[in-house]
Amino acid sequence: MKDWKKYILNEKVIISLISVLISLVVAAVVMLIIGKNPLVAYAALFYGAFGTKEAIIDNLMKTSPLILTGLAVGFGFRAGLFNIGANGQVIIGALLAAYMGTMVASYPFYLSIPLVMIAGMVGGALWAAIAGWLKAYRGAHEVITTIMLNYVATFIANYVVNGPFQAPGGVPKSPAIAYSAQFPNIMSVGATSLSTIIFVSLAAIVVIYVIIQKTTIGYEVKAVGFNPYAAEYGGISIGKNVVLAMAISGALAGLAGTTQVVGVYGRYFGALGGSMGFDGITIALIGQNDPIGIGLAAFLISSIRTGSNQMQIAGVPKDMVTIIQGIIIFLVATNRIIKTLKVRKRKEVVEV
Amino acid sequence: MDKNVDYSKYAVVMKGITKRFPGVLANDRVDLFVKKGEIHAIVGENGAGKTTLMSQLYGLIKPDDGKIYINGVEAQINDPNDAISAKIGMVHQHFMLVDRLSVVENIVLGQEPVRGPFFALNRARKEIKDLSKKFGLIVDPDSIIEDMPVGMQQRVEIIKVLYRGAEILVLDEPTAVLTPQETNELFEVLKSLKSQGKTIIFITHKLNEVMAITESVTVMRLGKVTGVVKTSQTSSKELANMMVGREVLLTVEKNSAHPGDEILQVKDLVVKENRGIEAVRGLSLNVRSGEIVGIAGVAGNGQTELTEAMTGLRKVESGKIIFKGQDITGFSPKKRREMGMGHIPEDRLKHGLIKTFPIYYNFILGEHDDPKFSDGVFLKIEDIRKFSENLVKRFDVRPPKIDLLGMNLSGGNQQKVIVAREIAFDPALMIVSQPTRGLDVGAIEFIHKTLISMRDKGIGILLISMELEEIFSLSDRILTIYEGQIMGEVRPENTTTEEVGLMMAGHRLEDLHQEA
Repeated sequence: MKDWKKYILNEKVIISLISVLISLVVAAVVMLIIGKNPLVAYAALFYGAFGTKEAIIDNLMKTSPLILTGLAVGFGFRAGLFNIGANGQVIIGALLAAYMGTMVASYPFYLSIPLVMIAGMVGGALWAAIAGWLKAYRGAHEVITTIMLNYVATFIANYVVNGPFQAPGGVPKSPAIAYSAQFPNIMSVGATSLSTIIFVSLAAIVVIYVIIQKTTIGYEVKAVGFNPYAAEYGGISIGKNVVLAMAISGALAGLAGTTQVVGVYGRYFGALGGSMGFDGITIALIGQNDPIGIGLAAFLISSIRTGSNQMQIAGVPKDMVTIIQGIIIFLVATNRIIKTLKVRKRKEVVEV
Repeated sequence: MDKNVDYSKYAVVMKGITKRFPGVLANDRVDLFVKKGEIHAIVGENGAGKTTLMSQLYGLIKPDDGKIYINGVEAQINDPNDAISAKIGMVHQHFMLVDRLSVVENIVLGQEPVRGPFFALNRARKEIKDLSKKFGLIVDPDSIIEDMPVGMQQRVEIIKVLYRGAEILVLDEPTAVLTPQETNELFEVLKSLKSQGKTIIFITHKLNEVMAITESVTVMRLGKVTGVVKTSQTSSKELANMMVGREVLLTVEKNSAHPGDEILQVKDLVVKENRGIEAVRGLSLNVRSGEIVGIAGVAGNGQTELTEAMTGLRKVESGKIIFKGQDITGFSPKKRREMGMGHIPEDRLKHGLIKTFPIYYNFILGEHDDPKFSDGVFLKIEDIRKFSENLVKRFDVRPPKIDLLGMNLSGGNQQKVIVAREIAFDPALMIVSQPTRGLDVGAIEFIHKTLISMRDKGIGILLISMELEEIFSLSDRILTIYEGQIMGEVRPENTTTEEVGLMMAGHRLEDLHQEA
């Protein structure tokens, strides 16, 4: 019970919550300035995100890949790595998963599904590991290499689905994957379906939490992220851990792409990745690299985006959610601002 | 009541200063009186509240209670700018310099002299040359900071403060990072500053320095002033007692060593420093189990590179390192550790500790994948905690809370964590670098005793230290390093500090004996 309280009331949680509240207030002020009623807007936003079954399903399906890309970026941060390339890793992961998906038609689902998921994760992991290797052994900064690998991934995917791996019909998309490789839906309402891929994302939260908190790998990755000199002194190989952390990060991003293939579209097509890799950065920041925090942040971002359509209908520009999102990130990133808002400034170093 | 008192002969008066941090009363009604033109020491153990007190004088933090008078006039110091305009300057323990900029650029930083839209560097250079001549602070204004030794960097800090017109200088443990030679040079500078009317407040816990240079002393302990004395009327022993509230052994008691087999052999070692210059140049030495071999020398003569090469953190150009009869020259740090080589690093915050890890995580650094603490995949958290609770008790780490982060401990307790960890994995050889740098008397005593007891258990210890006193009181054999080479080997009972000092300055032992 006490631990639970400690977890809920720690500084990180408070900073995130206050950031969200302040951003809502600021956005409300902006709405007042442009002559809109913020209460109406927020009611519409809330209704749009949670008001109907369809909305909730839509919301959850948007949340699912964001959790994975958020975990991907967050895990990188833990090792002191800024993986901007989650988008590229999503694409390569999805592409390989789709390819594997077309190969496993004759297999039962308990073989085909793991094979497809492994293919997607390995794809993302290898793609990210390129940047990790370049960082560890050639000193190339991962921000540069991952962002460039994003372009490479995009162009590879464009070529492949317009050529060797194109479905008949001239549209840039891959053939459909085998039925045995598709994740079943839990329920469908109208055109929206809730796929079981949501459980993949939830499981990933638990797995990453355990890796970070309970395993030797997590210990080493964190040590390298916090203080590479001390890690090296302690016999921890920096190079190995940089590559490993990038690979795990990439595997998560690749898994995000995979879930879209196996649970949403049933194939690869050009715009599948969208901006979910970059959204992962936002979410990792808001969730402060904590797996559970990332889960909640993904849900938050997804909710305001899902709800924004209703808000637009209620007469408040949809772009307002971008403002809200921007302010949250700003406040979390400059968390000193909130810390100084506290009446009593706590001294960090207790001298004894 | 204070209004009637005349403080005009004092440069600084701090009266009834009280500063509370959650759970700690850092300053408890502290009074400080510093006369104009004197060198005044504030001494006390780590955590006694010295730095807190000075941070309030410099406006970095605000006192909860109490008043500050500068030259007899009550002053409101809300931030460092107020302090600077009250002509107070502070030289911090950790230098605030931009490594890639030159001396001039650093000194004028924030107050760049300009001619029209241009940076008037020449004018600044001339002003700085005048200042350094006036106070005997010789530096090359165009050197780049990162190429300068620590002692020089400190001079730059002092000039920076003078450039801003300071009359009252606060130096926070200025000698913690200096060699004996650099310390002497600093003292010359301080004397010259004093002779030109500057007032100097000198925070330290090295009592011989207090005796050497100051006029009066304020002793602090646990946030309170425990004594104000004139230096001429006291002794280091008396000061030490006021500091720690008990009798302290300033020398280490030890029996003679019983060295066993040779455990470490270094042959013709050559190691380069970061800029590609040879820092260790054909150095050979050996260590037997159960003895302490001390390496004396002025900082920057290859000690860091030697240590890093021996522990696997730096590439060896040529030569051999033989440990337990095996050539380990190319081995990784991990392999060396597994073979039983412990290492207490020179820079505890850089190499020794992960500040953002809790103490129980820091206790297993390097051993985290040992079967004792990990089953290969998962950490055995319960076992790790039990192990840590044990070490915290055994080594009296305070506060004894293993969940605290490394950065929440004082320097002395951080060092205890490192020492405890390195001893706990039962090494055969320990490379110990600057083990007591920046520690207070109580912690130094503890570390010294621990090292002696390790030696008596049969561990071979290679001790690298810039503190000659430490080398003399701990070592069974003393090697002196100069420009990456050993100048000679002596035994502490058969030599003098002068002899070792000459070797530290580059004289070979053979030559010294020939001359004699």
